[in-house]
Amino acid sequence: MGANGHHESFPWKHIIGFVLSLVLTFAALWVALSSGLPLKAVIVIIVVFAVIQASLQLFMFMHVNESDSGRIQTFNMAYSFFIAIVVVAGSIWVMQFVL
Amino acid sequence: MKWSEFFVTGEPLIYAADVAIVLTMVGIVFVLTYFKKWKWLWNEWLTTVDHKKIGVMYIICAVLMLFRGGVDALLMRAQLTAPNMKFLDAQHYNEIFTTHGTIMILFMAMPFIIGLMNIVVPLQIGARDVAFPYLNALSFWLFFFGALLFNISFVIGGSPDAGWTAYFPLASNEFSHGVGNNYYAVALQISGIGTLMTGINFLVTILKMRAPGMTLMRMPMFTWTILITCVLIIFAFPVLTVALALMTFDRLFDTQFFTMANGGMSMLWANLFWIWGHPEVYIVILPAFGIFSEVVSTFAGKRLFGYKAMVGSIVGIAFLSFIVWVHHFFTMGAGPAVNSAFSITTMAIAIPTGVKIFNWLFTLRKGKIRFTTAMLWSLAFIPNFVIGGVTGVMLAMAAADYQYHNSYFLIAHFHYVLIAGTVFACFAGLHYWYPKMFGHILNERLGKWTFWLFMIGFNICFFPMYFLGLMGMTRRMYTYSEGLGWTPLNVVATVGAALMGIGFIVLCYNIYYSARYGERDMTGDPWNGRTLEWATASPPVHYNFPVTPVVEDLDAYWVMKKKYGGFQVKEEDLKPIHMPSNSGRPFWMSVAFFVAGFGLVFKWFALAIVGALFIVLGLILRSFEDDDGYYIPIDEIKRMERAARKGA
Repeated sequence: MGANGHHESFPWKHIIGFVLSLVLTFAALWVALSSGLPLKAVIVIIVVFAVIQASLQLFMFMHVNESDSGRIQTFNMAYSFFIAIVVVAGSIWVMQFVL
Repeated sequence: MKWSEFFVTGEPLIYAADVAIVLTMVGIVFVLTYFKKWKWLWNEWLTTVDHKKIGVMYIICAVLMLFRGGVDALLMRAQLTAPNMKFLDAQHYNEIFTTHGTIMILFMAMPFIIGLMNIVVPLQIGARDVAFPYLNALSFWLFFFGALLFNISFVIGGSPDAGWTAYFPLASNEFSHGVGNNYYAVALQISGIGTLMTGINFLVTILKMRAPGMTLMRMPMFTWTILITCVLIIFAFPVLTVALALMTFDRLFDTQFFTMANGGMSMLWANLFWIWGHPEVYIVILPAFGIFSEVVSTFAGKRLFGYKAMVGSIVGIAFLSFIVWVHHFFTMGAGPAVNSAFSITTMAIAIPTGVKIFNWLFTLRKGKIRFTTAMLWSLAFIPNFVIGGVTGVMLAMAAADYQYHNSYFLIAHFHYVLIAGTVFACFAGLHYWYPKMFGHILNERLGKWTFWLFMIGFNICFFPMYFLGLMGMTRRMYTYSEGLGWTPLNVVATVGAALMGIGFIVLCYNIYYSARYGERDMTGDPWNGRTLEWATASPPVHYNFPVTPVVEDLDAYWVMKKKYGGFQVKEEDLKPIHMPSNSGRPFWMSVAFFVAGFGLVFKWFALAIVGALFIVLGLILRSFEDDDGYYIPIDEIKRMERAARKGA
């Protein structure tokens, strides 16, 4: 339900989001398994795909732009990014000595 | 897996357990059939979506698991009492400390806390149930069948034996051949999904379902701690989910995420485990802080001192809890920069925790203190927890930690924080809210016996372990030689453990005794409470509040009592109450999870797929379900209110 409070007749947004997510997933799979690109390029491409898909899901499924509690959403997103950075960057930093 | 290895054989203790399990099951089936209670069990409990009943079931499971984990602990103490004991062999000892740790944290502390929050939080915020009652039932049953799957490991297939941390490479196929660690990976995954859903459920409940007038800064302290705990659950548990999934792949499909060869990183498991594991210890300790805040404020007869500082320090602890995890493996060798950084963040946690300790002390100051059992647990918490906290700061110094690491000093430290923090809080909360759950008070005299036996036993058991650690005794060793001089302190520790066991038995007897002879609570407010749960009958009618209460200040019920002489319900304000319908689907979907999990443990993939299909079927049926619950008519509400207030 959006901010204006009515259901759409058909969930186009969800269908489009779902199809695009599938396309991006299989594209990443193809790039990694059978594109034959060098490793660095593969990693860069699939990370870009992942970021696109994550933001796609935020808008298509998770309604980030449809809430009336904007401050809570902003805080929530900021905290999520903080945790994500701590987990990913932190792990890389901590595990560096074996990498 | 050979069929001959399906049941665990060769140990007299295990055979005794087999017999006990069969007898208990036969006994339960007999009692239910004889008293014709199957229908009652299904309608009133297995299909319920009532947050209070779900909470009671959580607590029953938690007490059973406390028994199981406690027996494990006593077996370990028995083996360590004297040098060169032959009571348990090395393999059996490994299995017992692994299940002790896993069960006590995940299947005792977690469900005890979640049970109390199920019962109390909706009542404290003036709600009729949680935001997603059906999901709540599913959370419980997933936890239940996850715990069941984990517990059957000791008679079927063999228990996990790589420690509750299941570090790689020890937990890999290369070094752990049996199905034990498969149980660990799958059972924790199933109950972890349940916990994650509980976190989401209660976050939404607290943010969206508070009674009118209850702003965030008027919430009772217990509700505040649960809110922050939910945030921790939501951010920490996905890390465990991923780590366990990778572990499952490694063990079932021979992937190489955490192996020693082929680019695997065994220490990455430790890293991921503790990214979840450290917030996890705050998930079990923050609600404990909330319980103590409620109990101290009620029995000191005063508003909680420094409410805002209390909220601030909870948020601070939650924030810091995500940036300290490396202190669990300083000795991994990550280098001085990493270790120093995590050393400092760890020590910083002592600051907000200290703020809270002083807040409780100042709440007590000049209060009219009533020494009830719940209050005794809360008062004992403060000095005992401080001992655990201070030794924690000692462990936080990375350089010194090379000496303490994995010694009995560490064992003593974390038992001092987890028992004096979480377990004391569970007992305090149990005594405090028991009348709200069952309508009668737990006997105070027996309660105090439990308290003194358990609290003194706890100190006799764990205080010597600090010194054993300093004398060089390391964790997880199954025996030691005579010349080391550890025998006297180990004997003392075993005596303490026995006292704790006796305390637990007195608690169980108290539950039986109070059910038969205990004082019935007709008022709904036996302790002269301050928060909204005491405005309801004991036990509350299933819709909780006949009309939604209006909150005017912190300690909402206290204000009502002072201003209006209690929670006033006018009959003309009654409206039909909208309640959710019961459902059997959470139960059988969780059975399907259990079947799928059992299949995965033994690599019987056909069975796992059948279970998984039923899970998907449950999801599909739920998606197309059109059940908006039902309404209770006004006459029915009037009748139920009169019955509840008469204690009938």
